Amino acid sequence: MSNSKLTRRGLIKTGAVAGAAGLTLPTYLRADGHAGFTNAPTGDTVTLGFNVPQSGPYADEGADELRAYELAVEHLNGGGDGGMMNTFSSKALKGNGILGKKVEYVTGDTQTKSDAARASARSMIEKDGAVMITGGSSSGVAVAVQALCQEAGVIFMAGLTHSNDTTGKDRKANGFRHFFNSYMSGAALAPVLAANYGTDRKAYHLTADYNWGYTTEEAVKSSTEAMGWETVAAVKTPLTQTDFSSYIAPVLQSGADTLVLNHYGGNMVNSLTNAVQFGLRDKQVNGKDFQIIVPLYSRLMAKGAGANVKGIFGSTNWHWSLQDEGSQAFVKSFGTKYGFPPSQAAHTCYVQALLYADAVERAGSFNPCAVVEALEDFEFDGMGNGKTLYRGDDHQCFKDVLVVKGKENPTSEFDLLEIVEVTPVAQVTYEPDHPQFAGGNLGTCNPGA
Amino acid sequence: MDAIILQVLNGLDKGSAYALIALGLTLIFGTLGVVNFAHGALFMIGAFCAVTLSRILTLSHTIIDDTKTDFLGNPLKVEVPYIYDIFGQATGDVIIDWAVPLSILFSIPVMVAIGFAMERGLIKHFYKRPHADQILVTFGLAIVLQEIIKYFYGANPIPTPAPAAFTGSFDFGAMLGFDPNTIIYPYWRLVYFAFSAIIIGAVFAFLQFTTFGMVVRAGMADRETVGLLGINIDKRFTIMFGIAAAVAGLAGVMYAPINSPNYHMGMDFLVLSFVVVVVGGMGSLSGAVLAGFLLGILESFASMGAVLEVLPGINQIIIYLVAIIILLTRPRGLMGRKGVMEE
Repeated sequence: MSNSKLTRRGLIKTGAVAGAAGLTLPTYLRADGHAGFTNAPTGDTVTLGFNVPQSGPYADEGADELRAYELAVEHLNGGGDGGMMNTFSSKALKGNGILGKKVEYVTGDTQTKSDAARASARSMIEKDGAVMITGGSSSGVAVAVQALCQEAGVIFMAGLTHSNDTTGKDRKANGFRHFFNSYMSGAALAPVLAANYGTDRKAYHLTADYNWGYTTEEAVKSSTEAMGWETVAAVKTPLTQTDFSSYIAPVLQSGADTLVLNHYGGNMVNSLTNAVQFGLRDKQVNGKDFQIIVPLYSRLMAKGAGANVKGIFGSTNWHWSLQDEGSQAFVKSFGTKYGFPPSQAAHTCYVQALLYADAVERAGSFNPCAVVEALEDFEFDGMGNGKTLYRGDDHQCFKDVLVVKGKENPTSEFDLLEIVEVTPVAQVTYEPDHPQFAGGNLGTCNPGA
Repeated sequence: MDAIILQVLNGLDKGSAYALIALGLTLIFGTLGVVNFAHGALFMIGAFCAVTLSRILTLSHTIIDDTKTDFLGNPLKVEVPYIYDIFGQATGDVIIDWAVPLSILFSIPVMVAIGFAMERGLIKHFYKRPHADQILVTFGLAIVLQEIIKYFYGANPIPTPAPAAFTGSFDFGAMLGFDPNTIIYPYWRLVYFAFSAIIIGAVFAFLQFTTFGMVVRAGMADRETVGLLGINIDKRFTIMFGIAAAVAGLAGVMYAPINSPNYHMGMDFLVLSFVVVVVGGMGSLSGAVLAGFLLGILESFASMGAVLEVLPGINQIIIYLVAIIILLTRPRGLMGRKGVMEE
């Protein structure tokens, strides 16, 4: 294998890190370009590690992520109809694996617990020789696994993680996020909320008491306050809470006319169900109809809340009903193989797998530092979100964001959300040192070994 | 004042669930001497009885609607419930709408059968073993049961709505002379509270006023003497296990519209229910009910914004804090009997 595509910048980074660690010069400087970093593939196969929640509360989302990864592996190895490889603007992938090596994979169970996720990622890296770890359905897990991958010298392609911190204060050089984040949700939602509910609203936030909840509350608060809304109260709710009645009952007493549920998963299903049970949406406060907002929507979660999601605004990274060529190709591929449309978790994971493979092809090496360089500031299209940039400053993808609403008259069990607006990327773009993302430092890439 | 009334109301439905689960736990402990950590799983299975009946009632056959397309562009397959074919769409919709109340009838035999199977198949082998063994085996059983449910129903919550007639909420504030919207309470939660009161009353009446109940109470007080009188107390205790399972199951069935059932919901209630039993007094049925409502209401108060501002995080520990205080001042719990768990 040749390492001719490895650039000066990648070499300097690798050398600097290895040198600082007191190691000998990276061995990929030798004829064999695939040595000198963690789990350099030596045979005719390469192993990827899919670390998804296979048990615990997000197991259904994890199962959908795994389906997407299996589909991506099939396409990378030349099977199936090729899916989004046909619409992807980069044409480096040829359907012959990655750099001619057949793609194999191992899976781990994050259980949506940071320690379990780190243990399964470590096992896939140390025992199975995974050269890249990807997946997950929680920001807590993503931040923990990303830090592990940085230490171990492998690439981490995050799955569903929406907290600002993943590419903010906890960003790492070896980690990349395709999924959107809390800031983007707030920036996309605010104008739609102003247009539909006006600029004079009193909002009451219920926020899941962990990393993701805090950043989402902060993002939605600042973007709605900027357009004139007042935040009456922001109450933290325990992650383990199942009955939210004691939190929802005081909402009307507070004089608020809008409830923002910074909840995800089971929390969202239960808090929204409770809020509807308490008749909040039938009430009139301050002369206005009471409204509920769910900043981060997931179709799988919306299904759990049933008819309660009707008419409720939120945001999402992607939706199967998008009509662009890439989305349609992916929905056709996934739907034909599994019989139902993919979730946004499946979409981001599939895209991340392809983006990694493409970066390796373009770099001509599996060396993490070469991959980092290939992904940084990489612009692409045809993956379902329009023109997208993988920003080098923080390893966050910048692309259009969807504002959605619970559909009033769904035609099927999958048809739960309707796209209200495709917010252009310019509206959700921020500076890398934005206060909501402050305190982070990518550091330098670590090739390990 | 209105905030206090509101939190009392909020505590009632949660307290109802705690009381019903704790009642079953105490019945099993009092009769069989077994600490049943699988009791939360029975509550969860009860909720899934409602899910299952909903699914049975909506079992469908497929017809092709050529005028519409699915997500792949193929002609849309429309699911038509068989119940429409049998009763017509209007009646069929009413039956489907009332799936949760109908599940009460469906769940009783199912839960009693599960209770019998658990007791005869596993738990009877652990009567003479230490409590630690009983806890381990029943906790393991609870995990097995929830994984079975997850295998068949998935990990996501499944919406199981109450009948349309009970959606919406009642404005107590307006009725009591407060401002409208200050004290609102969902109709279904009122139904749940009333239902729990009826079940608790029925269990007490059964134990108090029937011969069967008298024998069981005698057995709880002195199992050996009752046995010496020639009464097959073991058989009656097995039946009590079935009844306790049915009580937990009914609590779960009616709870399904309050929070969409998921495989883990039993565990969420289990630990708190044990605290309720201990606070109420091991082996005391009325203590379990009293402590259930007391702790449910206290938990609601602790979640009030004003309280959290003064004591952040109190909502997470209030139940355990109260349990510690009560056990320090009344080591047998509120209504515990002498001699129980004191050998």
